Parts: sequence; C-alpha cells; structure tokens
Amino acid sequence: MGYPEDVRYTAEHEWARLEGGVVTIGITSYATEQLGDVVFVELPEVGRMLEAMKPFGVVEAVKTVSDLYAPLGGRVIEVNSALADNPALVNQEPFGEGWMIRLRPAKAADLQKLMTGPEYEKMIEEHQG
Amino acid sequence: MNLERRLLIEQGGAGHRGPELPGCDVPERPLAELLPGVRLRGPLRFPQVSEPEVVRHFIELSILNHHIDRGMYPLGSCTMKHNPKINDEIASLPGFALSHPLASDESSQGSLRVMFELQKVLAEITGFAAVTTQPSAGAQGEMTGLLMIRAWHRSRGEGERRTRVIVPDSAHGTNPASVHLLGWETVTIPSGEHATIDLQALERSLGDRVAAVMLTVPNTLGLFEPRILEVTRLAHAAGAQVYMDGANLNALVGLTRPGDLGFDVMHINLHKTFSTPHGGGGPGAGPVAVARHLEPFLPAPVIEERDGKLGLCHDRPRSVGRVHSFHGNFGILVRALAYILTLGPEGLSRMSCTAILNANYLMRRLAKSYELPHAEHCMHEFVLSGRGLRKYGVKTLDVAKRLLDFGVHAPTVYFPLIVEEALMIEPTETETLDRLDHFAEAMERIAEEARTAPEILRAAPLTTPSRRLDEGRAARELKLRWTAPSGAPDSAPLTRRS
Repeated sequence: MGYPEDVRYTAEHEWARLEGGVVTIGITSYATEQLGDVVFVELPEVGRMLEAMKPFGVVEAVKTVSDLYAPLGGRVIEVNSALADNPALVNQEPFGEGWMIRLRPAKAADLQKLMTGPEYEKMIEEHQG
Repeated sequence: MNLERRLLIEQGGAGHRGPELPGCDVPERPLAELLPGVRLRGPLRFPQVSEPEVVRHFIELSILNHHIDRGMYPLGSCTMKHNPKINDEIASLPGFALSHPLASDESSQGSLRVMFELQKVLAEITGFAAVTTQPSAGAQGEMTGLLMIRAWHRSRGEGERRTRVIVPDSAHGTNPASVHLLGWETVTIPSGEHATIDLQALERSLGDRVAAVMLTVPNTLGLFEPRILEVTRLAHAAGAQVYMDGANLNALVGLTRPGDLGFDVMHINLHKTFSTPHGGGGPGAGPVAVARHLEPFLPAPVIEERDGKLGLCHDRPRSVGRVHSFHGNFGILVRALAYILTLGPEGLSRMSCTAILNANYLMRRLAKSYELPHAEHCMHEFVLSGRGLRKYGVKTLDVAKRLLDFGVHAPTVYFPLIVEEALMIEPTETETLDRLDHFAEAMERIAEEARTAPEILRAAPLTTPSRRLDEGRAARELKLRWTAPSGAPDSAPLTRRS
C-alpha cells in the first residue's frame, strides 16, 4: 500500500518528519486502522522534555487505549490543539492534519536510526504473515 | 413508536401513581416553616407513573437487553455463567435482606456467620491463610492486594525503594491500572514461547526496586502458566511478592490452589466463579486472599470468633484500613456461599472440569473455520483470530456484530492485545452441548458469509432493536443529560395529595 517516504517510522507505529530543525510527530495509517475511531488524544505540555522511546501521550480509540512513544528525544514546542475538538483528524489524515506534536530534537541525526517507508512497510507485511 | 421505549419522565402524567395512601391525620405545615434557615430545594420533577406503566417500562428494557437469561454470553474473561435462582431466593430471605449494617454484633450473628464461613471456604479453595470480603470488584481487590503488599514492604523498611510491579503482556488490563493508582510503575514483560511467561525476561526485570509480580492464571489466552513455581521462587528470592489475578479462577477450583503454588495474594471475583449476577455494572464482589505474613495488613474490621460468638475486631494497628463501607456487597456474599455449599467440593471441581471441556470442544471445532494462534489445550477460554477474514474486507468487529443476530452475545473482541483481531471465547460450564453446537454453527455460518456475502457482516446486526451503532461518534459527541423536547407538555411537579 505504500507509506510516505518523507517521514521516518518506529516499530510502535509513530512517524517523524524533520523540517527546518523541527520534528513533527504523529501515528501511521496502519496504527489508525488497528485502533479504529480515535475518540481522544492526550498530549504533553509545550516545553516538556521527551526521552526517545518513552511514552509521551495516550491515544484512546473505540477499541483500545494505547501509549504514544517519542520517536526521538527533544523539547516539545507545539501540540496539535485541533485534536481536542476533532480527534477524528487522526483517522482522516494521519500523516497530515492529524499530526500530534512538534519538538526540537536533542539529536536530529537520531532520525536516521528510524525506519524508512519501505522498511516500515516490510515490517507490517512480516507482522501480518 | 413503542410507547414503553420513552423515558419514564416522558410517560404518565400528573397524579398517576401506584399505591393510594390515606390522607395524613396530622395537619400539614410547609417544610420551610419547620426547618427555618435551611437551604431547601424546590420540588423535584419526578416521573408520575402508574404501576402498570412502570412494569411495562422495565420489562421492555429487559427485552431490549441481552442477558444470560435470554441467551449464551461467551464473553471471554467475564465468566458469564448461569446464576442459579435459588441463590437469589436465599439472599432475599428477610433475615439477610433486611439486616442493618449498623446493628450490633450481638443481633447480627447470622450475617456475620455467612461472611465468616465464606471467608473460611474461600481460604480453603484458594489455599491461603485469610480472606477479606470487603472489596466490591476484581479491580478493587487488586488495589487492596497491592496496598497490603506495600504495607508489608514498608514494615520491612523497603517501602520507599520498591515501587515497580512486573506485569506480563498476557495479564488482565486492570493490572497496570491498579499499579498506577498506587502511584507505582508498571514494567511490562513480553510473553515467551507458547505465550506464557518468559522466565529470562522476568529474571532480567527483577531487582531491589520491584515490589511485586502480577500473574493472571490461566492467562488471557486461556493458557495455564506451566512455570509458576519458578516464577514465585525467582520473585521471592529477589524480595518481591507475587500477586495472582484470580479473574480466571473458574478454571482452577478443586484442581489446584494458588496458595500452594507460592502466591502471596490473590483476588477472587465472586461474580464470575461463584455465580452471582453481574454485567451492567454490578454489584460484584472481589474478596482478597492472603498468605499468613500478610494477614496483619487485611482491611479492618475483621470478623473474629470467641466462645462461639462472632464479632467485628477493629483493633488492627497494621491494617491498610477500610476499603468499603460496612461489609462490602453483602447480598453477593450470601449468594456465593449458597452456591459453594450447594455444589460442595466435588461439584466445584466438576464445575471447573466442565468449563475446561466446553472451551476445548468449541476451540477444536472452530479452529477449522478461524485461525487459532495458540493451539495448546486451553483452560476455560480460548482466543481465535479473525485476521484470516481480512482478505474479504471483514473484521472481527463484524463477526461480533453478526453473532447478535443469532441470539448470542459477542465474545470479548480485540483483547488480549497480543493477538491480532482477537476473539476471546469463554462458554462456561452451564451451556449444554446443544447450545455449544448452536454457537459453533453460528460462527461457522458467519465464516461462510465472510466468503460469500461479506456485505451482510459489514451491515450486521440486522435483527436487533438497534442496528449498528456509531461507536466513534457516541464517544466523541457525548450527550449526558436529558433535555425536554421543545413544545412538549411540561410534566407537572409532584404534588402531594391532601
């Protein structure tokens, strides 16, 4: 099915996009399919320092509740406040308007450690057997 | 429109009522005059309905609902078995139903005896030293158990340091929540081979900061943990306590005793294994059983027997305190004791054996139509995966919805999380072979429909009072308060008859 190639991926189904020294983070379309309708997203406060691969928030869907993991460490500089009123954005545009947080990464080079689109797709296919 | 489907406040009218009471023989005076200076509220707008209106309303609601008295309810991990009606009858006896929680010990000997005997038989069944019957549900039992573990660590000067709890990913979802409520931290360890506990992962996670290990037995896949003795030995060697989530006790009664396996604490869901009504929010009961060293920390008061007389003992300086008002959900305790005494030791172990047999029968039969990710013999429940139906554009959710058309409640779906598109099925021992076959035939037909007519599944349920609900919208757009429809006649406030 193909996943965007301008972002990097985690095994926990988050994506991260680096633009002008700022990393935007969200969850993948595969994650939203697995979760079903998202009804609530709990995000950190602006200014909080995140540790790579530690939970930074929670996504609540009809089927289940799941932790969100930071693809890389850094300081939160913006959260997507539109999700408070309209969490369905995460389902509708997971790679676009449904983004969750922006952070200034502690080490932008760490992005290269994450999976590329084709690598992520391969992981999903293997998982589905 | 079905008249009975309106809210009660939308039915009846001014002056509709059940009993007609004779007029008051003392002159009435306004409340404000009798209670001067008190902030009294205005009259409340109660529904005013006659007895037949009330009866029809609630009968209609019971028809709309699915419940165990209407059909099979194979909701995995919830043990929705038939609740013998004699237990309700016994709990309704005036001596129990009308007993007052503030009555003296002297005048409550019968009720105290019921709780005391129940605690004794639960201790015997689980192999522990003592039991509290205060907690009102499994999750509250978990928290009570963890509070006692914390008190024990504190008594040894390790309370500050030990704040981590190891929970395998095959455990019940409430375990991490209970840990969080205590302000502790959950350490999740992945399952090993055959989806049972990974001893290496456990050993790596143990250490001087770990307060407890929580184990669900059988686990959420319905599999018995074969290495419990090693788990309890490793945990104890590292100074941790071992908690058993007893929600799945229905598979173990009379076959093995958690206390004998080295567990320190467990909770028991009376409303599952010991057959008291549940679903729809309770009330339930989640007694907690403990090993001897944790007995001083039990919630106070405890029942003690002296010279054949029972009394409440409040002098428990090391107790974690009360976890429920009065004695817990007493009516549930009466039902559970009645159930246990009716079945007796042999009946109880036959109960567990039949629950296991029923689950294995269904599992082997349904493995021909659905994927069975873990093919070992199961205990009282098993987990199928609906992922094989994905190629037809059908999800587990669609299978669950379609089952309602066959008069069967859906199994637990999408749990445990370690199985994709999970369907967790627990038939219980109270279903006959005929009923099990009906369920299996429905499941087989649904698998067939996925191939031949998937649109039926995506639209299901087709025959229920409400068709498929928009669960996402229901959660996103909450409507929590009833408001009178505009233009509706204002129902008059309740007036007193003089």
